[in-house]
Amino acid sequence: MKKMTYGEAIREGMSIRMRENKNVLLFGEDVGAFGGCFGVSAGMYEEFGEERVRDTPISEGVIIGCAVGAAATGLRPIAELMFIDFLTVGMDQLVNQAAKMRYMFGGHISMPMVVRLPAGAGVSAAAQHSQSLEAWVTHVPGLKVVYPSTPQDALGLMLTAIDDNDPVMFIEHKAMYAMKGEVTELKPIPLGKGDIKRSGEDVTIIATGKMVHEALAASKNLEKEGISCEVLDPRSLYPLDKALIKASLIKTHKAVVITEEVKRGGYGGEISAMISEEYFDLLDAPVVRIGALNTPIPFAINLEQYALPNAQDIIHAVKQLV
Amino acid sequence: MKVTNQQIQDMYTCMKKIRAFETKAMDVFAEGSIPGFVHLYIGEEAVAAGVCQHLNDNDYITSTHRGHGHIIAKGGDLKYMMAELFGKSDGYCKGKGGSMHIADASKGILGANGIVGAGHNIATGAGLSISYRKTDQVCVCFFGDASTNQGTFHESLNLASIWKLPIVFVCENNGYGISMSQKHHMAIKDVADRAVAYGIPGISVDGNDVLAVYEAAGEAIKRARSGLGPTLLECKTYRHRGHFEGDPGTYKPKEEQESWLEKDPLFRLAAYMTDTNIATRDEILKIDAAVDKEITKAVEFAMESPVPALEKVVEDIYSDIIEEVRVR
Repeated sequence: MKKMTYGEAIREGMSIRMRENKNVLLFGEDVGAFGGCFGVSAGMYEEFGEERVRDTPISEGVIIGCAVGAAATGLRPIAELMFIDFLTVGMDQLVNQAAKMRYMFGGHISMPMVVRLPAGAGVSAAAQHSQSLEAWVTHVPGLKVVYPSTPQDALGLMLTAIDDNDPVMFIEHKAMYAMKGEVTELKPIPLGKGDIKRSGEDVTIIATGKMVHEALAASKNLEKEGISCEVLDPRSLYPLDKALIKASLIKTHKAVVITEEVKRGGYGGEISAMISEEYFDLLDAPVVRIGALNTPIPFAINLEQYALPNAQDIIHAVKQLV
Repeated sequence: MKVTNQQIQDMYTCMKKIRAFETKAMDVFAEGSIPGFVHLYIGEEAVAAGVCQHLNDNDYITSTHRGHGHIIAKGGDLKYMMAELFGKSDGYCKGKGGSMHIADASKGILGANGIVGAGHNIATGAGLSISYRKTDQVCVCFFGDASTNQGTFHESLNLASIWKLPIVFVCENNGYGISMSQKHHMAIKDVADRAVAYGIPGISVDGNDVLAVYEAAGEAIKRARSGLGPTLLECKTYRHRGHFEGDPGTYKPKEEQESWLEKDPLFRLAAYMTDTNIATRDEILKIDAAVDKEITKAVEFAMESPVPALEKVVEDIYSDIIEEVRVR
């Protein structure tokens, strides 16, 4: 058993595979000797050298495009976009190329690539460096999407993402990089396998990324009032562990879905709709959906905190449900 | 760069194959046998043929929406191509891609592409892959003049030049971005001038002269294979048809069209071959007849191939997940 930060776990996941497989390489802006904007790849340049840990110019389109071309020709690239917000600049290569090549070409080309997407708010980075864009990537057939909430999950999902033969979007919350946690397993975590972060009886809180911790904090508070919450972290947004959600609802019959995304059009809405369509008979009450306010992420600390969803919102929602 | 008579004959055969394939595609599209959009390469055959003459099966190419010529020149199978145009299950993409998305990984064809300028980025990735694996392969990136106005062009040539990637960027300058003429879409005459910005060679040749293309491409490919980095090779040419079938091309002045028809690359090469005794008129007609036969067979194959089964629509999205089908 070892304590690791979330950032260290991502690095360890990449490093394990890079030690084993020469076809794995990492590139992006300042990921080399600088160690990455958030220090996640610190030391990797020294361990693996400039061929395998490459600085690219500030050119997000060709960063993703390089991953597409390299994956189509036998490598297993990991491309880092410094902020998920920069996806806008590389969107064609992701959506029209990476996601569609296998299909358009009749299954004759594989696209084993990982795109690391530092996401989320809470560090006063304002509107262009704080977004949660899960919905954009989960919306596209051909992409797989994971979003770890703990160091253990970050390590296991990174191994899986690198091993996978399809493009995997690896969303990592930038405000969690320093968060410590126990890492007991150095094994891949299968895609489509969610995790019960806390077991409970009265209501299921489905939460992703940093919101898992808000859900755990809310659950602790609610327990004092005699309300027992189950916290379910899907970990992989696509494929989604519907069976785990169903099993939890069979027990609780109530669901709260919380993601950090702007509520309008978020992936949280997709999960809510799926529950309503497929598990309506299990529900005792309508699904409650919590997200950020429908605003760009503001800069001032008080405004940012007000715009983001948190444990208080969950407590409020759960109390209305039970 | 030396070129043998056999190589010249091979390039002629390749160009003739492209011309015949495209002419047939034009006819079957007009009949209504193939759906969607078709962008024909008629008039530009010397570029694909002259460049690909230097390539091996394990070299890569990226192509464009006007991709049939590149795919044929890189060794694509006419039967599977034609079946794909017809949207049939035996097509290269099992009927899921169509004219704009034909690929053949076994021949290093990383796909035609419906997004103008997308190939620049993908070729750069393939170049990175070659350079990283330290093989002597090369990647040729085909694109049009108008795509050099996309950001992808700048990003890719910059990265390819700083990393000295083994790529030849081949600009097929046909003078138009859809209906917008080059003089309206850029302020320079030679796309090759753009190479200066990346510190790489920029060469401009007559793209309707297959031997000029062959020679310039040979130098650029040699440079790439020996680790000296990319070249921007501009081949000036002309598309005889509209941007897509159905576009009457009224924006192209009549005199301009006529002057380019006189420079038809296929007829020019045939005349050169007879003038220099590389082949007799009869020998050329023999090549033509063999190609026509192959095209007829490809169309028969395409017509006989079944349409894709409906349940196939959810396959090949992922390596391991098959999506749910619709219940009707």
